[in-house]
Amino acid sequence: MVVDGGSGVSFEWGGRWSHIKKFLERPGPFTHPDFEPGTEGLQFLLETCKILVIGAGGLGCELLKDLALTGFRNINVVDMDTIDVSNLNRQFLFRPKDVGRPKAEVAADFINSRVPGCCVVPYPFYCVDCINLSRLFLRLEFHIIVCGLDSIVARRWMNGMLLSLLVYEDGVLDPGSIIPLIDGGTEGFKGNARVILPGMTACIDCTLELYPPQINFPMCTIASMPRLPEHCIEYVRILQWPKELPFGDGVVLDGDDPEHIQWVFQRSLERAAEFSITGVTYRLTQGVVKRIIPAVASTNAVIAAACATEVFKLATSAYIPLSNYMVFNDVDGLYTYTFEAERKENCSACRQVPQDLHFQQSSKLQEVLDFLTENASLQMKSPAITATVEGKNKTLYLQSVPSIEQRTRANLSKTLKELGLTDGQELAVADSTTPQTVMFRLCFTS
Amino acid sequence: TMAATKASKEQKYDRQLRLWGDHGQETLENAHVCLINATATGTEILKNLVLPGIGAFTIVDGHTVSGEDAGNNFFLSNNSIGRSPDKLLDNDPEFFHRFTIVIGVQLPESTCLRLGSVLWNASVPFLICKTYGLIGYMRLVVQEHTVIESHPDNALEDLRLDQPFEEFKNHTNSYDLDSMDKKDHSHTPWIIIVAKYLEKWLSEHNDQLPKNYKEKEAFRQTIREGIIKTDGGVPEDEENFEEAIKNVNTALNLTKIPSSIENLFNSEQCNSITSQSSPFWVMLRAVKEFVHDEGKGSLPVRGTIPDMIADSQKFINLQNVYREKAMQDAAAVSKHVECLLRSVGKPPESISEKDIKLFCKNASFLRVVRCRSLAEEYSVDSVNKDEIASYMDNPDSEMVFYLMLRAVDRFYQQHSRYPGVYNYQVEEDINKLKVCVNSLLQEYSLSVNIKDDYIHEFCRYGAAEPHTVSAFLGGSAAQEAIKIISHQFVPFNNTFIYNAMSQTSATFQL
Repeated sequence: MVVDGGSGVSFEWGGRWSHIKKFLERPGPFTHPDFEPGTEGLQFLLETCKILVIGAGGLGCELLKDLALTGFRNINVVDMDTIDVSNLNRQFLFRPKDVGRPKAEVAADFINSRVPGCCVVPYPFYCVDCINLSRLFLRLEFHIIVCGLDSIVARRWMNGMLLSLLVYEDGVLDPGSIIPLIDGGTEGFKGNARVILPGMTACIDCTLELYPPQINFPMCTIASMPRLPEHCIEYVRILQWPKELPFGDGVVLDGDDPEHIQWVFQRSLERAAEFSITGVTYRLTQGVVKRIIPAVASTNAVIAAACATEVFKLATSAYIPLSNYMVFNDVDGLYTYTFEAERKENCSACRQVPQDLHFQQSSKLQEVLDFLTENASLQMKSPAITATVEGKNKTLYLQSVPSIEQRTRANLSKTLKELGLTDGQELAVADSTTPQTVMFRLCFTS
Repeated sequence: TMAATKASKEQKYDRQLRLWGDHGQETLENAHVCLINATATGTEILKNLVLPGIGAFTIVDGHTVSGEDAGNNFFLSNNSIGRSPDKLLDNDPEFFHRFTIVIGVQLPESTCLRLGSVLWNASVPFLICKTYGLIGYMRLVVQEHTVIESHPDNALEDLRLDQPFEEFKNHTNSYDLDSMDKKDHSHTPWIIIVAKYLEKWLSEHNDQLPKNYKEKEAFRQTIREGIIKTDGGVPEDEENFEEAIKNVNTALNLTKIPSSIENLFNSEQCNSITSQSSPFWVMLRAVKEFVHDEGKGSLPVRGTIPDMIADSQKFINLQNVYREKAMQDAAAVSKHVECLLRSVGKPPESISEKDIKLFCKNASFLRVVRCRSLAEEYSVDSVNKDEIASYMDNPDSEMVFYLMLRAVDRFYQQHSRYPGVYNYQVEEDINKLKVCVNSLLQEYSLSVNIKDDYIHEFCRYGAAEPHTVSAFLGGSAAQEAIKIISHQFVPFNNTFIYNAMSQTSATFQL
C-alpha cells in the first residue's frame, strides 16, 4: 500500500504506521472519552498537526526522532545554540564534522533525510530573539509545544508566552485558545516530564518552589576564607579575572575557550596552594566556571520519550494525558513518581488577578525590588517597575538600560510614600522571566 | 595521535565523566555487549550504549527487515549476525560466554528460559526487555552483582562525634573557645563547637549522650549560650554557632555499621575467602577484620567533612584530621587485605592501594544485588506468589501487566502468534487470551482477579512496539546495562514495569 504524499514523491510503504494504527483505528477500554477510532487520527498526525519543539539539544534531538517516528510531520524546532564537542555523547543527530554549526539546522537536516516525509523546519535564532519567537507563535498556530530547555528563565518565558495567547470572554477562558505545553527537564540521572494546559492546570510559575534558586557561595568566603577548591575557582573567576584582564581589556571570561579555562585553572591552583586546599582540577575548574550540569544519553532518552508519548495522546486523544507531573530517577534502581501539581491561588503568571504586595509606606523601593528577586515564588531576575503616579506613567526603576538605570537609581532609596505611591495602587513589573507585564497591587501595612 | 584522541574523548565524554569518572568510562570502553533482536527497542538500547562509548557490540538477529520495522526503528543496523538466538543455543551456546552483558529484546518465554540458564551458569548478566503496546518490561538476571560506588543521594556524614577518635580529641583540645578573640570564635568550625559542648555535657550527665528531644533541645541551648554577647547582653551574629545548633540532631547520630553491611559481613562469600574470591569480597573480609580489630567495632573513617563556616586554616586543619585518620584506617585494612591474599596464594599487589582506599571510603554504601534466576521465577515450586498476590490486592497495580505479559507469552506458545495482530483477530482473541490468563493463574495457584479490560487492551495492542515506549525502555535499559558494566550506581532487582498510559512504573522482586 503506497500513499502519495502529494508532491508526486511517495514516501509511504506497507506497514509503516502499523504500530501506531493499533492505537488510532481500534477501540479500547482505556481510551480518552473523546477518542473515536478511525483513519482520521493518523491523517491528522501526518498532514495537519503542527508541533513546535523548543531546544535541539539533549532532549530536543530525542524529541524530534520520537515525534517523527510517531507520525508527526509538521515540526518546527527552535534553538539558538551551535554544536559543541561535549554535546556528542548524547545529541545523536550531530557528528564531529557538525561542530560549530547551528543545532536547529543540523537536527532538522538529519531528521528530514532519515525519516521520509517528515518536514522539520529549523529556527536557529542566533540570539535570544523574543520578538521573532512571538511572531512565530502568532503566525504558525501550533497545536502543541514541547520544551527541552536547559534554563528555568527560558521555561518561564515560554510559559508566559502561552498564557498571553489565552482568550477570555467575559472572564471565561476560551478552550480553543489553549495551546498545551509539554515540558521536559533532565540533570544527570534525574528528570521530569509535565503536561501544562495554560490557564487550566498548574503552570511553570505555579510550581516555582520546585526549582530552588541556585545558591552562590558567599563573597566573604570567596574573598578571604576559601575552604573548598570551588571557592578558589570562583575567586579567580569573579575577582582575579576582572582585575588582571589576562586576555586584554574588555575581554570577558569565556567558559568555552580552553585558553581562558587553562588560565583560571592555573590561577586557581595558586590560590588553593596559598590555603593548602587540594582538589583543584581542570575538569572542576571548567565545571564551576560554566556551571556544568552532568548529562547522559539515557536520561534524555527516557524523559523525551515520556514527553513524546504525551504529545501523541494530546494530538490524538488516544489516551488521557498525564495529569500532570512525572519525576524520574535511576540512581538506585528506577524510580518514578507521578502526581498532579496544583495551580497556585495567587500565581503571578497564570492567575488573572494582580498579586498583592504588602509593604509599609516607609519601606524603600529597594525592599520591593529585593522581594521581587528573592521571593521563592517570583524569583525575578532584574525587574523593571512602573506605576501610574498623578495620572502619568512613571518608571520607578529599570536596570537593563544604563541611562534609565542611572536616572532612576535614586528612587531605590526613597520610600514608597516619597515616590507618590498610594494604597491599592497597581505596579506594572516587567522582567526577563515573563513576556507579559506582571501586575501587582500595593497594600500598605501599618 | 594517542594524546589527541584522549583529549577529544575527554571533551566528548565530559558530561558523563562527571557522573562515573574516568575509571567508570574505562569499564564501558572495555565492554562487549550482545544485543539480541535489533527491533526498535533493541536499537534504542544500543544507541544509548554506543553514545557513551561502549567498546564493542554484537547483534544477534535472525529476522529480515519488514516494512513495520522501518516504521518504528531509527537505525537499521548491518553489524548483525543473521542467525536466530535459538539456533545459537542449539549449536554453540558458549558463543554467549564472551560478553560483558547480554540484552535480549522481544524474546519469547522459551528462548528467555534457555538463554537464561546458559548465561546463569556462565555468570554472564542477562537483561531482558520487552515493549508490548504501551507497556515496557525489563527483567535483570544476575547471580551476584557487587557495587562499591553506589553514589547514594542522601548520605549521612561520618563525623564520629559520639565516639571521637584520639586524634580528633587532641585537635578539639587545642581549642579554647572561652579565650578566643571574636574573629576566631566566629570562624570555628561547628564540628569543633559541638564536640566541645558535648564534652561538657557528658561530664555533667554521667557520660550519657543527649537522647530524646528534651535533652537535645537542652544541649542546643548550651551551645546557644556560648554565642558571644555584646556588652548589652545581645547575642552577636555567629553563623558558625547557628550551624552547630542546626546540625545537633544529625551530629548526635550514633556511629553504627548499617545493617546491610552487617548482612554482607555474615554472608558466605565474606566468610570463605578463596583464590576465586573477587576483590570485593577480599576487601570486605578485610574490613570485617578491621572492624573487630583496629576499628574497635566501627568501619574505617570515611575522611570527608561537609563545608561549613570557618576560616580556611581551621577548616583545612580539621579536614586533615579526618583525612589522616581515614588514611590510617585504610592502611590497616590494607594489611588485612595483604594477609588474606597471601593466605590464598595470591600476590599482595593484586588489589591496589587505590582500590582499597576507594572501598574504605564507600564502606557504608556497599551494595550487593542478587537476582533470582528465571527458572526460579517461572517454576511452580518457587514462584513468588506472595509478591504477586499482595500487589494484585490493587487490581490496577502494574503487577497486572506482568501477568498479562506472561499470559501473552502463553498465547504465543499455543498459537504461534501474538493476540490481535490483525484487526479481525482482536475480538476473537479476547476469549483465547482469557483462557491463557486463567491457565496461568491456575498453574501458579494465584487467586487474583484480572479485569477483562486488561485482556481486551492486550489484544488491542496486537504486539505493537510503538517508538516512544521503545525509546523510554531504550534509555532505562541502557542505563541498567551501564550500571552492570561499570559496577557504579545500583541496578534494579529484578522486574521493572513501565506503563505509558499513566506514566507510572513499579519494580517487583520476582
